[in-house]
Amino acid sequence: MSTGTASPMERSPRRGIAASAHDLVTDWGMVVIDAIEAIGDLGLFCMRTLSWMVTRLPRRETLLPNFYQVGVMSLPVVALTGTFIGMVLAVQSYGQFRQLGLETRLGAVINMSLVRELGPVLAATMLAGRVGSAMAAELGTMRVTEQIDALSSMGANPIHYLVVPRFLACLFLIPTLTIMADFMGVVGGYFFTVEVLGIDKHHYWHNSEQFVGVFDLLSGIFKSFFFGAAIAMISCYRGFHCQPGAEGVGRAATAAFVYSFVLILMLDLFLGVMINAVYDTLWPEGVSLI
Amino acid sequence: MSDSSATTRRQTPLVDVQNVHVTFAAQSVLRGVTLTVPRGQTLAIIGESGCGKTVLLKTIIGLVNPTSGLVRFDGYNLAELNDRELTRQRVRFGYVFQNAALFDSLTVGQNVAFPLRQHASESASRVRELVFARLAEVGLPESVVSKKPAELSGGMRKRVGLARALIMNPELMLYDEPTTGLDPIMSDVINELMLRTRNQHNVTSIIVTHDMRTAHKVADRVVMIYPVSRLGRNEAQLIFDGTPDELETCGDRRVLQFIHGEAGERLTEMQQAFSDRDL
Repeated sequence: MSTGTASPMERSPRRGIAASAHDLVTDWGMVVIDAIEAIGDLGLFCMRTLSWMVTRLPRRETLLPNFYQVGVMSLPVVALTGTFIGMVLAVQSYGQFRQLGLETRLGAVINMSLVRELGPVLAATMLAGRVGSAMAAELGTMRVTEQIDALSSMGANPIHYLVVPRFLACLFLIPTLTIMADFMGVVGGYFFTVEVLGIDKHHYWHNSEQFVGVFDLLSGIFKSFFFGAAIAMISCYRGFHCQPGAEGVGRAATAAFVYSFVLILMLDLFLGVMINAVYDTLWPEGVSLI
Repeated sequence: MSDSSATTRRQTPLVDVQNVHVTFAAQSVLRGVTLTVPRGQTLAIIGESGCGKTVLLKTIIGLVNPTSGLVRFDGYNLAELNDRELTRQRVRFGYVFQNAALFDSLTVGQNVAFPLRQHASESASRVRELVFARLAEVGLPESVVSKKPAELSGGMRKRVGLARALIMNPELMLYDEPTTGLDPIMSDVINELMLRTRNQHNVTSIIVTHDMRTAHKVADRVVMIYPVSRLGRNEAQLIFDGTPDELETCGDRRVLQFIHGEAGERLTEMQQAFSDRDL
């Protein structure tokens, strides 16, 4: 610029940096406030659900279709993925264990991994994908088409009528799905290890029996209750707070799965640490694999 | 309830909206709306799309809580009631939604019977009898009970919505755009059904509509709401309150523009807004 007067931006570059920093802090502040608000809102939603659950149980005709959707309809896909994960574990572990000459210990590794971790997490992931997204999409559509308002206008509480049956179905049926995933994984692992890789059947079962106990099985089932509750709450919450239009419903369904999956893994970590602490207290000597 | 308190209650308006403001995020939808609806009256709320008619209707039934101000139904402040009391009061309302809002997963019969199953302990045969009676009242055959809402036409869905709203014998009927999206004949059928409902059940009705035929044919009184975004700082949002016949003689240019359906300066304004945004 040939004139002696500089433009405001040229005159004070530091002010530009300060303004950018101010914007950055403001934006991050908004993100943090929104996140805290969302967590608080979800917390209230959970409290209202629990309060309705103890106040009045839902009717049989609203419970049964949800139990059927969550339990019966999810069984085939959980069984199928469970079988494959058992076989995949056998394939991945065999090479390393063979080099150490510990092929017969495969049963312990596969079955322990399945009942403690993979069975519950896999069943929960399948439930979040198959049922959680569907719940969010269904409730989201009901929100968008004013069906939830219609329920309220007729004096029916939407949380009692829509959320409590879904919550109960997820809470009480995820353990059965977990048991199914565990069972089919054990069958898949056994089939691949014994029938395909030719490991001795007797030693396979003997080692499994030695290392995998009832505590391991129950710890997996215990975790699954938390996973089921988390899936139901997040999916219903996302459905209830769906934005208008087809895009809003799609986003609610996707967010339900993504947030459920993240929460499942976080819960898995915390519960795993807690259960290990309990195990160490009960059996300080532990059991060695080698 | 003693005789004197019953008399006092009968004299109070059924719906009393006092200086209600509703704001969503930074957007003001209702600004200082005051409105009373006496028992037995049929009130039409008219106004252009997006002016806050439906929000006002939802505020009256307590689906939307006012940001400030007071809404009373038969003397009860709905915002202050607990869940149980709110449920008891809501049974006294019948709400016909714009797109009927029938439950997709239930059949027509189950939809109409829904409020009965929630609140009454009638036998299955009595519920069936009442459902058939209500469906007959809105001109639907018994054969529709087993159909799903998706199998019905728009007019049939609206009539099922009306049958569902009537099943608990409400004292106040709220209609949200009851004739929108229907052909002229079906619109008149719905108008006739609203008139018949008022005459047979002696209910108070509030109809949100921008169909002037409905306002003229069904309403005893008409109020017009104007969008807050188009109002001056101290202007009232209710710009007309009178009988349907008084609409034509109203001196307000905005009312006449609406009832005659004239675009006026709107198209120019919209084009100006677009060109300002592009710049």
